Amino acid sequence: MSTRLAKQGRLIDRSKQIEFSFNGKKLKGFAGDTLASALLANDQMLVGRSFKYHRPRGLVASGSEEPNALVGLGSGDRFEPNQRATTTELFSGLAAQSQNHWPSLEYDVGELNSKFFSRFLTAGFYYKMFIHPRPFWKHVYEPFIRQSAGLGKAPDKELKDADTYEHFYYFCDVLVIGGGVAGLQAAKSAAASGAKVLVLEEKSHWGGRTPVDGGTIEGLDADAWIAKTVAELEAMDNVTLRTRTMGAGVYDHGYILGYERLTDHAPGQGGPRHRLWRIRATQTVTATGAIERPLSFAGNDVPGVMLAASMRDYVVNWGVTPGQKVVVATNNDDAYRTAITLHEAGVEVVRVLDTRESGGGDLADKVRALGIRVECGRAIAKVKDGKRVTKVAICAQNGEGGAREEIEADAVAMSGGWSPVVHLWSHCGGKLTWDDAQAHFRPDPERAPTGHDGKPFVVTAGCASGPLTLSAVMADAAAAGAKAAEAAGRPAQSVAEVATSDLTEAPMEAVWMMPAKADIKLRMKTWLDYQNDVKVSDVQLAAREGYESVEHTKRYTTLGMATDQGKLSNINGLAILADSLGAEIPKVGTTTFRPPYHPISMGAIGGEARGDIFQPLRKTPMYDWHDSHGAHWEPVGHWRRPYAYVRSGETVHDAVNREVKNTRDNLGLLDASTLGKLIVKGPDAGKFLDMLYTNMMSTLKPGKCRYGLMCSENGFLVDDGVVARINEDTWLCHTTTGGADRIHAHMEEWLQTEWWDWKVYVTNATEQLAQVAVVGPNARKVLEKLNAQAGGGMDLSKEALAFMEWKDGEIGGFKARAYRISFSGELSYEIAVAASEGQAFWNALMEAGKEFGVMPYGTECLHILRAEKGFIMIGDETDGTVIPQDLGLHWALSKKKEDYLGKRAQTRSHMADPDRWQLVGLETVDGSVLPDGAYAVGNGTNANGQKNTIGRVTSTYYSANLDRGIAMGLVKHGPKRMGEVIDFPGLDGKIYQAKIVDPIFYDKEGEKQNV
Amino acid sequence: MSKAVSAMNGASFAGLAKVTETGLGGMITLRGDFASAKFQTAVKAATGTQVPATRKIAFGDRGAAAWMSPDELLLLVDYDSADAVVAKLSEDLATEHHMAVNVSDARACFAVSGDAAREVIAKVAPVDLEAGQFEAGDFRRTRFAQVAGAFWLDETGSFHIVCFRSVAVYMYDLLCTAAHPQSKVGIYA
Repeated sequence: MSTRLAKQGRLIDRSKQIEFSFNGKKLKGFAGDTLASALLANDQMLVGRSFKYHRPRGLVASGSEEPNALVGLGSGDRFEPNQRATTTELFSGLAAQSQNHWPSLEYDVGELNSKFFSRFLTAGFYYKMFIHPRPFWKHVYEPFIRQSAGLGKAPDKELKDADTYEHFYYFCDVLVIGGGVAGLQAAKSAAASGAKVLVLEEKSHWGGRTPVDGGTIEGLDADAWIAKTVAELEAMDNVTLRTRTMGAGVYDHGYILGYERLTDHAPGQGGPRHRLWRIRATQTVTATGAIERPLSFAGNDVPGVMLAASMRDYVVNWGVTPGQKVVVATNNDDAYRTAITLHEAGVEVVRVLDTRESGGGDLADKVRALGIRVECGRAIAKVKDGKRVTKVAICAQNGEGGAREEIEADAVAMSGGWSPVVHLWSHCGGKLTWDDAQAHFRPDPERAPTGHDGKPFVVTAGCASGPLTLSAVMADAAAAGAKAAEAAGRPAQSVAEVATSDLTEAPMEAVWMMPAKADIKLRMKTWLDYQNDVKVSDVQLAAREGYESVEHTKRYTTLGMATDQGKLSNINGLAILADSLGAEIPKVGTTTFRPPYHPISMGAIGGEARGDIFQPLRKTPMYDWHDSHGAHWEPVGHWRRPYAYVRSGETVHDAVNREVKNTRDNLGLLDASTLGKLIVKGPDAGKFLDMLYTNMMSTLKPGKCRYGLMCSENGFLVDDGVVARINEDTWLCHTTTGGADRIHAHMEEWLQTEWWDWKVYVTNATEQLAQVAVVGPNARKVLEKLNAQAGGGMDLSKEALAFMEWKDGEIGGFKARAYRISFSGELSYEIAVAASEGQAFWNALMEAGKEFGVMPYGTECLHILRAEKGFIMIGDETDGTVIPQDLGLHWALSKKKEDYLGKRAQTRSHMADPDRWQLVGLETVDGSVLPDGAYAVGNGTNANGQKNTIGRVTSTYYSANLDRGIAMGLVKHGPKRMGEVIDFPGLDGKIYQAKIVDPIFYDKEGEKQNV
Repeated sequence: MSKAVSAMNGASFAGLAKVTETGLGGMITLRGDFASAKFQTAVKAATGTQVPATRKIAFGDRGAAAWMSPDELLLLVDYDSADAVVAKLSEDLATEHHMAVNVSDARACFAVSGDAAREVIAKVAPVDLEAGQFEAGDFRRTRFAQVAGAFWLDETGSFHIVCFRSVAVYMYDLLCTAAHPQSKVGIYA
C-alpha cells in the first residue's frame, strides 16, 4: 500500500494538516503536498480510468508529464476538468473527482472493453469499424463513442467562470525558463553581465530535482546551494524571479508566453487567478530539465508502476511511499538512486532488475552494499493486471518473456533513461540531434531557432541540453547563461567553473521493449501512451499497414495526441515504429513540438476580455440618451446604433412603422455620427480622389457635395458616400459606418505603397463630429426656429443652401456645418457639430421639434426610407461580388477619366457580361414581404439537380408608407424584364411571386427632397 | 454653462493606481515635413516647443507636441484655443503641403497615477514600462488591449492616455480592471 512515511518530506509542513476530498471521500494531507502526494499518502492508488479501455490507472509521474492523474477540480462556476493531480497544490477544501468512469471509479462497466473487445479496438479502429453502414455513424456509433470515450466533463454551459484573468507585458535581455539548479546557475551567469534577467519556475519552489538526486555544488548540498543562489539573485536589481509561472511557448521574434498561476493553490483569495506573461526577450535560456522514460513491459500501466525518479520525489519531497515492497527495473544507473532512497526510508526493495548484462557503476555497488538484490540482464515480463500491483513476473531481458519467476510486490519503479525537455527549444524551429549514448534526442546547438537577424535566440542549459550528470549540467548552465547575455549585447564573461561532486555512472542501454523479443500477448498489454491507450502492438500494426511517417502514425494511432502531448510516450513510440520499419530512430524523427508546453487555461488566454470589456463597444455622444429612450440596439461593427426607439406598449416592428411614417409626414432625427468622415488635403488630393472614386471629384466646386462610389482594384463596389469639397485643396469624404476605418486604411495604403510621391494627407475625423440628420417636411422649420431662438444663424433657405450644398456657420448657437443631402428622399439636413456638444445639440432639436412632431428614428427606419427611394446600401445590395454596373449606377462611372481603381477590371469579359444579375425593384403580387436573401428560380435544373436560380433578394421591407412589402434584388436580365412575375421559393415552403418593377417606389420625381 | 462635455464626465477610480478621466483637451493632428523650417517655426508658435524626437513628447509654454509618425504630430493646446491654433497653423504653413485638423472632440483623455501606474499600463499596452525604458517625455502610440491609444509620462509620475472618444467607457473600464486592488504584479511597485 502507499502511505505516508514517518520521516522525509522536504516540501511538506507536518504541523499544518489540510482536509480535502476525492470523489466525496474526506481525506487529509499536509501543507506543501500536491494533490498527487496527498492521494498516495491516503493509499489512493487508483486515480482514474483510461480513455479507451477504461483500464484502472494510477500515478506514473510526479510532475507535469503525468498522463493519468487527471481530475475534475472544484464545483459550479469554479469547476475545471482535466487538472493534473501532480501539478495541483493541495489547499483546504480542495474537492477532486476522478474522470472517465461509469458508474464509479472502483467498478467500471467500460473496463469490459479492455477484457473482451480490445482486439477490435486497435489502431485505426474508428476508421475500420465505423465506416459502414453509413447512417450508423451518426445515429449509433457516435453517440455510443461519445458516451464511453473522452476525458473530463465540460463545465455547466449555463455557468460563467467565477475567476478573473489578466495579461502582463514584459521585456528583458535574458529570460530563463526553469528554476532548477541549471536555471539558477544560468541566471546567475547572465545577471553577472548586468543583463536584465527574468527567471520563471513552474513549481512553487526553486531548485528542481537536484535536492532529491543528491550531489554537492560549490561544497554545499543542493538545498543549501539553491537557498544561497536564490537569495543572491533576489538581491540583484537586474533579476526578477517568479515561481508558479511556466514558460508555455516560444514564438517568433523572441516572443515568449509565461503562464502564472496566482490563486490555484488558494482559490477565492481575490485578484486574478492566472496571469499570462507576454514577454519579449532578446535571448531565452531553456533550463527545462529532462523527463524520465517509462519501460515498455506488459502491465506497465497497472497502478503502482511508476517512474523511478518520480517515486523518489514522492519519498524525499513529500514523505510518501507508493509501496512497501518495490521492484526496480532499469536500463541505467539513475534508478539505483531510487533503490537507495527507498531503502533509507525503510521501504523494502525486493529486487533491482538491470537490463544491462554488465550492470551499473558506483551507484549499483552502493545498492549491493545495502544488501539489496541486484540482477543483471533481467527484465519484467509482466505485471499482473488489477487495480494495483500485486505480482511481478521476471524474465531475461534478451528473450521472449519465458521462464518467468513470479515475485510479490506492490509497486514497481521503472526507468528507461532520460529525454531532455526539448519542447521550448523546438517550438520556434530549433532542431534536434540523436545522442546514441544516452538514447535520446537533444538540441543541436548548431541549428538553433533564429530571430529576425538570422542569429540564434534560444540557448539550452543543463539537462535540457543533453548532459545528465550534475557536473556536466552545472558547467553547461554556467556557459549558457554567459552565452545568452553576450548574445543579448552584454560584455562577454569568462565562465567560472562550478565545483560539483557526483558519482561515476555506467553507460545506459537503449531498451525499447521489455523483454526485448516480447511476444504478441505481452505487446498487447504494453502501453506506450497511457492517456490515449496506445500500445506497442498498435504502433507495430500501423507500421505493418504502411504508416511510415511518424506524423501519420501519430494521427492513426493517436500516440501523443492526448493532453500530455506524449511527454512520456513519444520517444518510446517512435523507437517502436523505427524498429518495425527497420529504420534508424533519427531517420524516423520526432513529431512536431507545439506550444503550449502544458495546457494553459482559456481564461488566461482571454485575459481581462470578459463581461463589459469582452469587446470594445463604440458609443456616439448621444448613446446614453438613446439608451434611456427605448433604443433597441443594433451592432454595426463595434458601434451600437439604435435600430428603433421602442415606446411602451409597442413592438419593435410597431416602433419602426411609426418612425417611418413620422419621418415622411413630420420630422425625424437620426444620429448619423457613426458615418465615416475622412478629410483629404493636398495639392494632389483631387487627382487622388479621382483615382479612388469612380466618378469625378476634382471638378466639384467648393461648397458643393457629390455622391460617389469606390471600387476595389478588382472592380467590386466597396463603399459609397457623399463627398464635400471644403476648399481648393481639401475634400471631406463621408464613408459608410463600417467603412470609416477600412477606407481610411485603403487610402493610406495607396498613398504609402503606390502613390507615395503624391502630396496628399488624410485624417480620419469621424469621431470629432456628432452628426444629426434632420429629416422630413418640417426639417427646415425646426432649424430656423433654433436660429430664431439664438437670435440668428446660418441661412437655411432653399436659395441659400440648395440640395447637395454645404455651409459652415451657426445653428441655434452651435458651431455647425450643414449639408443639404438626403438618404431618405425627404427635405433633409445633416448637421455636424463638435462631438462634445452633440448631446446638447440633440437636446435642443428634440425640444424645438416638439411642435413639429419630432421623433428620433433608428437604422431600420433609415433602411426602409432609402429602400422606398431605391437607394442602394453597401452590404445589402453589395456583397463583394457586385460591381456598380450591376446596380444600374453607370451614371456614376466617369467616362472622361483615364483611370480609376476598378476601371480596368470592369472591362473584363465576366464583368461586362450582359447576363450578370442586375438591380430591379420587386413587388410581391399579394403585397406580402419577400423573405430576405430568397433566390428566384427559373427553368431547368443545374448539374446537381437543383433548380436554376435567376436572381436574389438584396433588401426587403414592409413599407408603412406604401402599406405593402417592397424589395430590391439582383435578377438576370432584370431591367429588360419589367412587369414579369418571378418565383421566390421561401424556406417556409411557400412560393412568393414578385413582379419586376422600377426600384424607386416612392416620389419618383424626387420633389420632396428638393423644396 | 458650457455645452461641451467629455465622454466620461470626469469619472475616477482608486485601486492599485488612480484612474481619472481628465476632461476635454485641445488636440490637433498636424501633418507635414518635420525637416521644414516653416513647419518647425509653426509648431513652436503653436505650442512653444520644438518638433519632438521619435517617440517623444516635448512641452512648451502654450502646449506640447507629441510624435505620432514620421509625418504626423499631435499638438496639445487649450481646448478653447484649438480652432484658433489650427487657423494660425494653416496660415503659417499656407505655402507648404500640410494638414492641420482639430481633433479635440474625437478624443477621451485619462490619467493613471500612483505607485503601480506602470504595472497597470503594462497589463494592457505592449510597451516596456521599466523605469529607464519609459520616462517623463517618452510617448507611445500603441494599443490598450483592443483599442488604439497613445500615452506619455509627465514629470510628476502620472501617465496620460489619449484614445478615441467612442471607446472612452471601454478604456475606463479596462484601466479600472487592470488597477484592481488585488491584482498587483509586484514588478514595478
